[in-house]
Amino acid sequence: MGTATTNKHQAGQKPAKHIEERLQAAVRFAGDSGDGMQLVGGQFTATSAVFGNDVATFPDYPAEIRAPIGTLAGVSGFQINFASRHIYTPGDRVDVLVAMNPAALKANIRDVVEGGIVIVNSDEFDAGNLQRAQYSTNPLETDELSRYQVYKVPITQQTLAAVKETGLGPRDAGRCKNFYALGLLYWLFDRPLDPTLSWVNGKFARVPAVANANKLALEAGYAFGETAEMFAVRYQIRPAELQPGTYRNLTGNQATAIGLVTAAQLAGKPLFYGSYPITPASEILHDLSSYKNFDVRVFQAEDEIAAMAAVVGAAYAGAIATTGTSGPGMALKQEALGLGVMTELPMVIVNVQRGGPSTGLPTKTEQADLWQAVLGRNGECPVPVLAAQSPADCFWSAIEAVRVAVKYMTPVILLSDGYLANGSEPWRVPDPDRLPKIEVRHPTDPATFQPYARDEHGARPWALPGTPGLEHRVGGLEKADITGDVCYVPENHHRMTELRAQKVANVLRDIPDQEVYGDPSGELLVVSWGGTFGAVRTAIEQAREAGRSVAHVHMRWLNPMPRNLGEILSRFRRVLVCELNMGQLQLLLRGRYLVDALGLHKVQGRPFMVSDILSRIDELMGGRAS
Amino acid sequence: MSASADKPELTAKDFRSDQQVKWCPGCGDHSVLVQVQKVLAALGARREQTVFVSGIGCSSRFPYYMATYGFHSIHGRAPAIATGVKCANPDLDVWVVTGDGDALSIGGNHILHTIRRNIGLKIILLNNRIYGLTKGQYSPTSEFGTRTKSSPMGSIDHPIHPVSIAIGSEITFVARTVDVDVQHVQYVLRRAAAHKGTAFVEIYQNCQVYNANAYGWATDRETKGDNVVYLEHGKPLIFGKDRDKGIRLNGDVPEIVNLNQVSPDDLIIHDEKAADPSMAFRLARMLHPEYPEPLGVFRAVEKPTYEELLMGQIEAERAKRGPGRLEKLFRSGDIWEVAETGAA
Repeated sequence: MGTATTNKHQAGQKPAKHIEERLQAAVRFAGDSGDGMQLVGGQFTATSAVFGNDVATFPDYPAEIRAPIGTLAGVSGFQINFASRHIYTPGDRVDVLVAMNPAALKANIRDVVEGGIVIVNSDEFDAGNLQRAQYSTNPLETDELSRYQVYKVPITQQTLAAVKETGLGPRDAGRCKNFYALGLLYWLFDRPLDPTLSWVNGKFARVPAVANANKLALEAGYAFGETAEMFAVRYQIRPAELQPGTYRNLTGNQATAIGLVTAAQLAGKPLFYGSYPITPASEILHDLSSYKNFDVRVFQAEDEIAAMAAVVGAAYAGAIATTGTSGPGMALKQEALGLGVMTELPMVIVNVQRGGPSTGLPTKTEQADLWQAVLGRNGECPVPVLAAQSPADCFWSAIEAVRVAVKYMTPVILLSDGYLANGSEPWRVPDPDRLPKIEVRHPTDPATFQPYARDEHGARPWALPGTPGLEHRVGGLEKADITGDVCYVPENHHRMTELRAQKVANVLRDIPDQEVYGDPSGELLVVSWGGTFGAVRTAIEQAREAGRSVAHVHMRWLNPMPRNLGEILSRFRRVLVCELNMGQLQLLLRGRYLVDALGLHKVQGRPFMVSDILSRIDELMGGRAS
Repeated sequence: MSASADKPELTAKDFRSDQQVKWCPGCGDHSVLVQVQKVLAALGARREQTVFVSGIGCSSRFPYYMATYGFHSIHGRAPAIATGVKCANPDLDVWVVTGDGDALSIGGNHILHTIRRNIGLKIILLNNRIYGLTKGQYSPTSEFGTRTKSSPMGSIDHPIHPVSIAIGSEITFVARTVDVDVQHVQYVLRRAAAHKGTAFVEIYQNCQVYNANAYGWATDRETKGDNVVYLEHGKPLIFGKDRDKGIRLNGDVPEIVNLNQVSPDDLIIHDEKAADPSMAFRLARMLHPEYPEPLGVFRAVEKPTYEELLMGQIEAERAKRGPGRLEKLFRSGDIWEVAETGAA
C-alpha cells in the first residue's frame, strides 16, 4: 500500500482512530457476477478520480453471463489502484480485498499482499456456499487466513436492516449490499460519499425506493466503519499532482471509439464502422452506435468477413472506414484485409487481442496476435501496425492510425488488448480545435488521373465513385503500375510488390525516433510494446531506483519499426523482450536486427505484474533489486 | 438512377470499357453484358454514379467491361463490399454481379443477410450450374447426380434454388430470366433498376464449355413454350407453345391444366405485390421437368431500405441532439478539473 508517512488522530471522533497516510493503495471488489462488483468498482474509481488521485483499474469478469451463483466460475472482480503519485498499472497485488462470498474469497485471496485487509461478507459463508466454492472447511474458522487482517462483516444482514424502511422486498433489498460494501470502503479510505449519492439519484430517478435503499446501504456501510470497534486504522491518500486540465476516466474501448469519431471529424468525413460483436471489442461497436449525430454509420455485419469486406467497400466510396475485432475475428478478416492492401485503400482495423488460439480465453488479455498483424495474410502483404500503450492512449492511437491510413492509402492495424480495453485511467481532455486536421485529397481531373500513379508518399490517388471522368476498375488481381489495369507481367508483379512494401516503409517519415528511458547504453535494455507499458515502466523505474543499469524501450509502431531501433539495440549488452506471448516481437527483432534478444513470456490471460519483470531482471543481472 | 437533363445522353456503347472481353465464345455472359449496357443507357444512368461490384468467377469479370466505376473483389464477398459502398454513399447506383458458386456457396451467408436488410443493391446472379473458372466442378445449383471432374460418379449434393433462397431471405424484388431471351432480360433488368431496395435477378446462363445446353429446355424454340411460363402481374399463368395450358392450385399444389377444359379464371392469377410471399415461393418451387419454370418478376413489394433507415437515424439524432461537437463528446461522462496547484 505504498509507504506510511504520518500517523495522526482525527479530532472530535469517537472512538479515536488512526488515520494513516499512504502514497498508494490497491483495492479489489469481488463477488458473484450478479453482485454488482463492476458497478461499485466503477463508483470507487470515479470518486477517487474526482477526489484527485491518479487511478488505474482492471475489471476481471467471467466469460459466462450468469454462471451458477456462488461458484468459482461466477466470480467477478474489479480492481482499482489509486495514488497520490503517477501510476501506470492497476497494481500487482491488492491491499484490500472485499469478498462477498466464499468463491470470491477463494478466487482472489492469493492476490492479497501479506498483512493486507480482507473484508468478507460473513453472512454468505454457509455450508452451501462453502461447498460451491470447493472449501471443505470454513476458512473463517481455521488459520488459513492468518497472514491477513480479516474482518468478518455481516453485510447481508446489515444491508437488510439498513434498507428496511424503504419497504423493498428481501430480494431487492439484498441487492443493495454492494453499496454497503462500497460505503465501508469509502470510510476506510476517507472518501466523500457525495459523488456516488448524486450518481444514485440520477441513475434511479424513476425508482425512488431503489435510490433511497442504495443511499441507505451506502451510508450504513460508512457508519459501520465509523462506529464498529473493528477497524483500528483508516487510510488517507492525498490527491496526485496531475498535469492541470480537465480529466475524464476512460477505458481503452471508450477511448478507441472516441478516437475514431475524432479522426473522422478531423478528416471532415463520415465514419463507417463495420463490425461483428466479439469479446472484448464489442464496447467499441456499442459506443459508436450512440454517436450517430457525428455521422457515424455503424454496420453490424452478419460475420467478421462481411464486416471487413464492407469496410473495404466503404473506403472505396470515401468514408473513414474502420472495424474492430478480436483474435478469431482477425483471422477471418485477413483475406479482405489483403484486398484492402491490393486496392490500396485507407482503413483501420482495431484488434482487441484476447487469449488464443481459437476461442481461447475470450475475456482475458494476451498479446499473441502480433504475428497475425505483421505477418498475416497470403502473399507479400505488408500493413502498418501500431499498438496502444494504455487505455487513454487508445484515443491517440486511433487518430494516428487513421491519419497514416489516409496519407499512405493503406489499411492500418491498431492493436489493443483485453487489458487496455476494459482497464481505465484518467484521460486529459484535449482541446479539439488544437488537434491537427487530417488532410484528405480526392482527384477530380480526368486529364491527369491514373488509378495507380503515386504521390510523394508512395500513395495512389483516392478517386471516389461519383467523380465524373475518373471511372476506373479496382480489384484483387495484380495491377499494372500507373494504370491499374489487370497485369500478369512477371516484372510488373515484382515491381508492384516492392512499391507496396516501400509505401509501408515510408510511414517511417511519420514515426518519431524511438526514445530510450534510462541510460542510453549499458547492461540491459528491456523492450516492450502495447498494453504492457505500465507494468514494464514501473518495473524499470523501481529497478533503476534500486541502482540497476537498465533502460526501457517501449515500441508504439511494430511495422515499420523506428529507424534508430537497430542502433539502440546494439548499444546494450543484453536485450530482454517482455511480452504476453511466447516471443513474437522477440523473433521479429532477432530476424530484423540479428540481435540475440532474450524473452520474458507470459500467457496466463493476465497482464504482467511488476514483480514478474523485476524477477527476470534479477535473474539476468544477478542479486536482487526487487 | 441519376438521370440529369444537362448532361449528354449516353448510348450502350458509352458503357463499354476499353478492355477486351475474355469470356469464352458462346458464353451467356456476353449477352447479359450487352443487355445491361443497353438498359443503363436507356434509363439515362450516369457512368460516374454507377458502381459494379463482383466477387470471383467467370461472371465476376463483369466490372472490367463496364465503363463505370468497378470493383472486382474476392470470392463471395461482393454483397458485403457493395453494402459498404452503399452505406458510404447512398446516392450511388450499386450493382452486384455474381455467379451460383460465388453467391450461394462461398458467399451464401452474405447473400442471405444482404437481402434481408433490403439495402439498395441490384444483384445479378448468373446461374450456369457449374464452376467455370476453376474448370468444371459441380456448383450448389448443379443437379443431383451431375458428373463433373470432382464428381465423376455423380454429385451427391442436393441443389439449392436461387429464387427460393431469395424469397426465404425476405427479398423485396426477385425475378428470373434466361440469357438468350434478350428482350426479357432487358425487361427484368429495367424492373430491377427501378426497384427501391434489394433487387435480385437470377439469369439462367449457358456455360458453353463445362455445362453446355443446361438450359436448352428453356431456350430451344421448339420446347421452351412448354417448359417455361412467363409471370405477368394480374394475369393468369398460361403457357404452352399454343398457349393452351395453365397452372391452377389443386388444394395447395400447383397443377397443370388444359385450357380446353379449365377456364382461365380458375388459374393462378399472378400477384407480384402480395404481402405474403407464400405464393411466390410456391411458384419458385415449380421446377423443370415436372412444371414449366416461371420466368419474370416473382415478387416486387415495398419496404424501407437499409440506407434510408441508416441515414434516417443519423438525421434524427442530429435533429434531436444537434450535429456532433467534439468538445461536447470529450466532456460527456464524469469529468473533473485539475488546477495548476494540484487537484481542485
